[in-house]
Amino acid sequence: MSGRSSWLQANSSGRVWAVVERGFRAWKSGNWVVVMTGFFEPLLYLAAMGYGMGGLVGEVRGPGGVVMSYAGFIAPAMMATSAMNGAIYDSTWNVFFKMKIAKLYEVMLATSLGPLDVAIGEIVMALFRGFIYALGFTAVIAAMGLTHSWWALAMIPVALLIALGFAAFGMAVTSFFTRFQQMDVLQLALMPMFLFSATLVPLEVYPQVVQWFIMALPLWHGVELMRQLSIGVFTSWAWVHLAYFVVLSAAGIFFTTTRLRALFLK
Amino acid sequence: MPVIDAHDVVKTYGEVTAVDHVSFAVRSGESFGLLGPNGAGKSTTMRMIGGSTVRSGGSLTVAGLDPQTQGPQVRAMLGVVPQQDNLDTELTVRENLMVYGRYFGLPMSYVRPKTDELIAFAQLQDKANAKVDELSGGMKRRLTIARGLINEPKVLLLDEPTTGLDPQARHILWDRLFRLKEQGVTLVVTTHFMDEAEQLCDRLIVIDHGKIVAEGSPADLIQQYSSREVVELRFGSGRNAGVVDQLQPYAQRIEILPDRVLLYADDGEELLDQVRRAGLIPVTSLVRRSSLEDVFLRLTGRSLIE
Repeated sequence: MSGRSSWLQANSSGRVWAVVERGFRAWKSGNWVVVMTGFFEPLLYLAAMGYGMGGLVGEVRGPGGVVMSYAGFIAPAMMATSAMNGAIYDSTWNVFFKMKIAKLYEVMLATSLGPLDVAIGEIVMALFRGFIYALGFTAVIAAMGLTHSWWALAMIPVALLIALGFAAFGMAVTSFFTRFQQMDVLQLALMPMFLFSATLVPLEVYPQVVQWFIMALPLWHGVELMRQLSIGVFTSWAWVHLAYFVVLSAAGIFFTTTRLRALFLK
Repeated sequence: MPVIDAHDVVKTYGEVTAVDHVSFAVRSGESFGLLGPNGAGKSTTMRMIGGSTVRSGGSLTVAGLDPQTQGPQVRAMLGVVPQQDNLDTELTVRENLMVYGRYFGLPMSYVRPKTDELIAFAQLQDKANAKVDELSGGMKRRLTIARGLINEPKVLLLDEPTTGLDPQARHILWDRLFRLKEQGVTLVVTTHFMDEAEQLCDRLIVIDHGKIVAEGSPADLIQQYSSREVVELRFGSGRNAGVVDQLQPYAQRIEILPDRVLLYADDGEELLDQVRRAGLIPVTSLVRRSSLEDVFLRLTGRSLIE
């Protein structure tokens, strides 16, 4: 038996679906208002900043030097941010509750489910939520005339990829938390990332050193990729952005599985 | 072949040895108990059977499989009832059972009728569509046990099944567990309640500080480690220890507890008469049969619940 297949055997029984099924049943009885707020938040930002600030700012240069309206410039960034926020919310508050308070993962792992099944199942649930947000947001910005290419449809799967990266990583990080307060510290790191990742102003306005720092963070890659898709203009960086999230997602899933194993199968 | 076979099992956490070279075998259909005070290593042993805790040494098999390397397969044969109810509060009673069955990969065509059967077994027909939070402590416990039965396990692991329940709820639960035993389900029960061990267990091991200190059926253990009857005398606080010397000639053995003196004898009433004739008048007296509590006291010098 190769090392890889025995790792799979020890961590999975291939029943991700059972975890997803549980998620949908819980949703059915859950609070839809909470789910909906995640949808309206980026729209409110778009309305306030895009049309409020946009009137003062006028036009900005986007990917490949293309001139964009300010609302068109920030709309894809809001979509990337909403994918991130949805994923982080799900993988921190919800996961913390299920891990430490409801003991849900302990229950699941006392059955024949493996930690990889639990990790992927929970991430799929977070993605489904992200998918609904992305679908709605894309429809709204298309209706506002802020998309200029059929490539904009690809923003939906890319939103899912961004959510996957953040959810997988967020879940692993949450597994280290022991108190609710620690999640506020995480928010303290996410807020500046949201403000400075070329979301509201172009990256070029910052000093070179700051630019390098921002380019190392995940959200910038998401924002840039989304912006390129919204107008169908691609730079040579597009593949780097994509690869960044593929690697982040894979590492996050591996990391989360290892953590679940360490926590509940010790 | 025993269903569970443990040899020299050890679990250490850093410097602390929680389970210290424990060996036992559980036969199919048997009701097997692990009796000991809190922190004796009972729950750790249970978790090692389910493969959710890694052994530090020794060997352990469930139906010939090692839970550590074949975790999912072993857990498919087990029903686990943890010490604390961990029901899914976001789901209804019925959904709790169905979803749990799905975790084992069981098809809906099996899970649906099985769920109805288990709701009846747990006497929760009226609460089938209620959320878990609406259930009483006893109901939650019965649901947790029913949940552990969804995969028709070879062995049901029950960790402190009636801790925290009122007497009536305990009796209902014992009745349910007795039915399972009659159906041939192998039960492994940890408890620190003597009466529970006597009610439920065919055979048990007494554990203290991670070590097995005695093994046998409840009746055998009582016969081996205690007299037939016990006289409990209270002379009032402060006086108990003082009268011990005078009581010495009448009893086979004496244990002094903070609030009372225990005298062991084959005929309790006669011993009590002798004590009274000697002019020692206790504030209260009670003659009873020896129990596992006395066995534990004899073996460890401590009572189980302190």
